[in-house]
Amino acid sequence: MNAMNHSEFRQDIAPGETLLAVDNVTLRFGGVKAITDVSFDIRKGEVRAIIGPNGAGKTSMLNVINGFYHPQEGRITYRGQTRSKMRPHVAASQGIARTFQNVALFKGMTTLDNIMVGRTLKMRTPFFWHLFRHGPAMREEIEHRKFVEEIIDFLEIEHIRKVPVGKLPYGLQKRVELGRALAMQPELLLLDEPMAGMNLEEKEDMCRFILDTKEQYGTTIALIEHDMGVVMDLSDRVVVLEYGQKIADGTPDEVKKNQKVIDAYLGVAH
Amino acid sequence: MTADATAELDTFPKLLLRNEAVRPHRPAMRHKDLGIWREWSWADVARQVRCYALGLMAHGLQRGDKVAIIGTNRPKLYWSIMAAQSVGAIPVPVYSDAVADEMAYVLDHAEVRFACVQDQEQVDKILGVADRLPKIEIVFYDEPRGLRDYDHSRLQAIDAVIAQGAGILLSDPAAVKRLDEAIASGKGSDTSVILYTSGTTGRSKGVMLSAGGCVKAATDTVEFDRLTDRDNVIAYLPLAWVGDHYLNYAQALVAGFTINCPESPETAVEDRREIGTTFAFAPPRVYESMLTRIMIRMEDAGWLKRKMFHYYLGVAKKWGEKILDGKPVPLGARLNYALGEVLVYGPLKNVLGMTTIRIAYTAGEAIGPELFSFYRSIGLNLKQLYGQTEAFLYVTVQGDREVRADCVGPATPNVEIRIDENGEVLYKSPGQFIGYFKEPEKTAEAMTEDGYVRTGDAGFFEKDGQLRIIDRAKDVGKLRSGALFAPKYLENKLKFFPNIREVVAFGQGEEFVTCFINIDLTAVGNWAERNNVSYGSYQELAGHPQVYDIIAGHVAEVNRQLAEEPMMAHAQIRRFLVLHKELDADDGELTRTQKVRRGFIADRYGPLVTALYDGSTEADISTEVTFEDGRKGVISARVRVMDARVVPVSTPAAMPARAA
Repeated sequence: MNAMNHSEFRQDIAPGETLLAVDNVTLRFGGVKAITDVSFDIRKGEVRAIIGPNGAGKTSMLNVINGFYHPQEGRITYRGQTRSKMRPHVAASQGIARTFQNVALFKGMTTLDNIMVGRTLKMRTPFFWHLFRHGPAMREEIEHRKFVEEIIDFLEIEHIRKVPVGKLPYGLQKRVELGRALAMQPELLLLDEPMAGMNLEEKEDMCRFILDTKEQYGTTIALIEHDMGVVMDLSDRVVVLEYGQKIADGTPDEVKKNQKVIDAYLGVAH
Repeated sequence: MTADATAELDTFPKLLLRNEAVRPHRPAMRHKDLGIWREWSWADVARQVRCYALGLMAHGLQRGDKVAIIGTNRPKLYWSIMAAQSVGAIPVPVYSDAVADEMAYVLDHAEVRFACVQDQEQVDKILGVADRLPKIEIVFYDEPRGLRDYDHSRLQAIDAVIAQGAGILLSDPAAVKRLDEAIASGKGSDTSVILYTSGTTGRSKGVMLSAGGCVKAATDTVEFDRLTDRDNVIAYLPLAWVGDHYLNYAQALVAGFTINCPESPETAVEDRREIGTTFAFAPPRVYESMLTRIMIRMEDAGWLKRKMFHYYLGVAKKWGEKILDGKPVPLGARLNYALGEVLVYGPLKNVLGMTTIRIAYTAGEAIGPELFSFYRSIGLNLKQLYGQTEAFLYVTVQGDREVRADCVGPATPNVEIRIDENGEVLYKSPGQFIGYFKEPEKTAEAMTEDGYVRTGDAGFFEKDGQLRIIDRAKDVGKLRSGALFAPKYLENKLKFFPNIREVVAFGQGEEFVTCFINIDLTAVGNWAERNNVSYGSYQELAGHPQVYDIIAGHVAEVNRQLAEEPMMAHAQIRRFLVLHKELDADDGELTRTQKVRRGFIADRYGPLVTALYDGSTEADISTEVTFEDGRKGVISARVRVMDARVVPVSTPAAMPARAA
C-alpha cells in the first residue's frame, strides 16, 4: 500500500534521533517577551507534548517552529539544518504540517475537497493542464485522490466525504483538519489543541487516531493540549512552559512529580 | 469442479460451485472500499473461497469445528462463512456490537476454535477475554490497521490465509482433493450454521440449522418473490441475525444475485442509492426514521414545494395503494398520480434510494398503519413477513397484492401453522431448526410432541387467512379484574406516534394499566426548536411540562382507540410517566435487536413502577448507566407521574383469556 511509505523525507533520520532542535529561542512582541530562552528537542518518531497554563507561550512556540513567527534570538535546527528565518510555506514543503486551535478549514467545501487541498504542494503538473482537468493533470489527480481516500478510510470519515465541512459537528471538523494535515505526508505534525472542546468519546477517538498516525505512518508529532489525562497517556516526552519559560522537560512521570509544574498548575502561596 | 459434487444442491458450498459453473461472470459481491465499488464475480468468489478454505485446512480446520464470524458486512467475512462451510466446519456469526462479556459467553458456549473478525476492535475484545476461552486457537482478521505490533502467534491476516491457500492450490493436489471431497461429502442433514438468538429472554441460545433445510427454505422464497441473478441487495443487517443470513447470504447463493457491502454502517443509505437495490429489508424503525427525516426536511422547504409535496401525498394516500394493488381507479386519478410520480414520488424515492426496489419487506415489530401506507402509496411494494430464527426466518409472508398493515400474511409455501389452545402460534417449516446447541431440554420445551415449533407469540387468523400477532404469548396477561392485558399491543399503538420512541407497559395482576414512555429526541427536539422551547439535555426535554402535555394527548388518543375494541377496552392506560433517559442495550434494558426487556426494566426502575400505582405525582430515581467506552456513571432524576384521560366503558370486564 502506498500509504505505508507515507513520508518522503523519512529515510535519512533514524527513529530516536533529533529531528528538530530549539536552542535558546526568545520571541518578543515589542517589549513583551512571549518566549524567553527556551530550548528543547523533538526526536524522530515520538509524541512530544508542549503544556503550560494559559498564556504560557505554547501556541507562539508552535508558530515559531512552523515559521510563522521569527524569533529575535536563538536557533531552530530542523533535520540538521539551522535556519534563521523561514516562511510557513517553506516549512510546509519541508514536511512540517499543522492544525489550528480554532478549526481553519474551508467551510463551504466538502471534506474530500478540504483534504485534497492538503495535496496541493505535491501537485507537479503545470497549472495549464489543471485548467482543463485533462491528460497528465487528470492522471495526477487520480493518484492524489487515491491517497486522500486512504486518509478518509484511516480517519473513518467515509460517511461525510461529500458533506460541506461547515455543516459538520466540531469533533468531526477537527478530524477533517487532521486529515488535511496528513494529506501533506508530513514528517513533523504540529497539533494545536487537537482535543479542545471535545466530549470524552471524541477525545478517545482522536487519541486513537494520533497513536495510529504515529504507528502506521511513523509521523513525529508535537502537540499542545490542556487535558492532562490525555497528555500523560499519549506523549512520550513533555515540555512545560510557564510565562514563556521552560520549567520542566521529561517523561510524563518525571514531569508529574516536578514541584515547579505542580505549583504552576495548582498555584502556590507566595 | 466435478459434476457429481453438484449433483444434489443441498449445501451452500455446492450452490457456490453451481453458481460458478452456471453464471461465472455475473457479479456475486461488491464492496465499496476507498470510495470505489469493487466487484467479484461468482467465479472470483468461488476461487477466493477455495483458496481461503485450503488455507484454513492448512491451519488445522476440520469438519465439525466451530468458526466465529465477527464484524460488519464485508466480503471477506461472507467468504469466511463459505470457506468454513466448504470444509464442513460450522460458522457461528456473533453480533459485532456485543460487549466483551456477552461475546465471551457465546464464543465459549459454541466451543469456537477459530475466529474470523473484522478489525482491531474485535481482536481486542477477544484478546481481552482470551483467558476465558481456552479453546480459541487463532484469530483471523480482515483490517490490519493498528494490529502491526500485536503478538502474531495467535493472530493471522485473512489475506495471508487466502494467499497461503492460493499457493496450496497450485502445489498440493492432495490437499485440493481433500477439499473437493469435503464439499462433495457435505449432506443436507449437516449443521450448516449456528445462529445465536438475541436473548430477549435471558441468555442467548445457539440455534442449529441444517444445510438442506436452509437451502430448501431459501428456494421456496426465491420462487415466491421471483428473485433472479439480476437482483441486488445491500447487506447492512448484522451478520449474526437470521435476517442477514437468510435474506442476503442464503437467497444470494440460491438465486445467484449480488450482495453489496457498504463502505461503513453509516454510509449504507447513500451506498444503497448508488447501487440501486431491487430487494430490501428493514425493520419498521428504519422506515420510520427515514420518514421522520423527510418530513422534518420538508418543513424547511419553500412554500411552493411544501404545498406540492403535501398535495401529492394526499393524492397518493387516496389512490396510491389501490394502483399498487391493481384495483380499479378512475383515469383522472391515475393521470394525476402519474404527474405526482414525476413531481414528488419519483424524486422522493430517489432520495430514499428506493427507485429500483421491486420488493421490500419489514418485520420484527408491528409497523404503524400510517407509516406502512405512506410507503406503499408512493409506489414501494412494501410487505410484511413474520418469522424467527428457529424457523430459519419465514413463517408467514404477504403476497404482492395481499398486503395489510395489521397482519403478517398467510403461511409461507410449505409451512404449516396451527394455533394452540392458549393462542400461541405453532408451525412446521422446511428450514426449521435441528435444536439448540448443547441444550436439548430447551429444544424440547420449544417443540410440541407432534413436531411443531412454539413461536412464543400469541396470534390468530383473520377471515382472509392472514395471521395477526398480538403479543408474546407469555406476556399476554390479565388485570386483577380479569380483563385481557396485551402489553406489546398497547406499546405498539403508542409507538406509532413519531414523538414516542419506546414504551414499556405494566399491568399484569394489577388494577389498571400504566406505562413508561421514552420520547423520540429527533421528533420532539424538532418540535421544541419550532416552538421556542429550550432544553439542555435529553433529561430536561423529557421532563418538560409541554412535552408531558403532548404525550398525554397521545395516550388519550390511544385510550380512545382501545375503547372501541371490546377485548382491549378495559386495558386503557390510566397513568404514565416519561422516562428521564433513553432505554439502551448497553444498560441491558433493550436486547441487541432493540426489543424491550420488560422484567429487567421493572426491576431497575422499581421506585417508578411503585409511584405509578401508589398515586404519587412524582418519584426519585437514580440509575447506573454504561457509557460507550464501558465506563459506568449514575443518572439521578425526579420524574413526574401523570394521570391519563380514560374513556369510560360499560361492558363487564371479564374476558376470555384467548385472543383468537
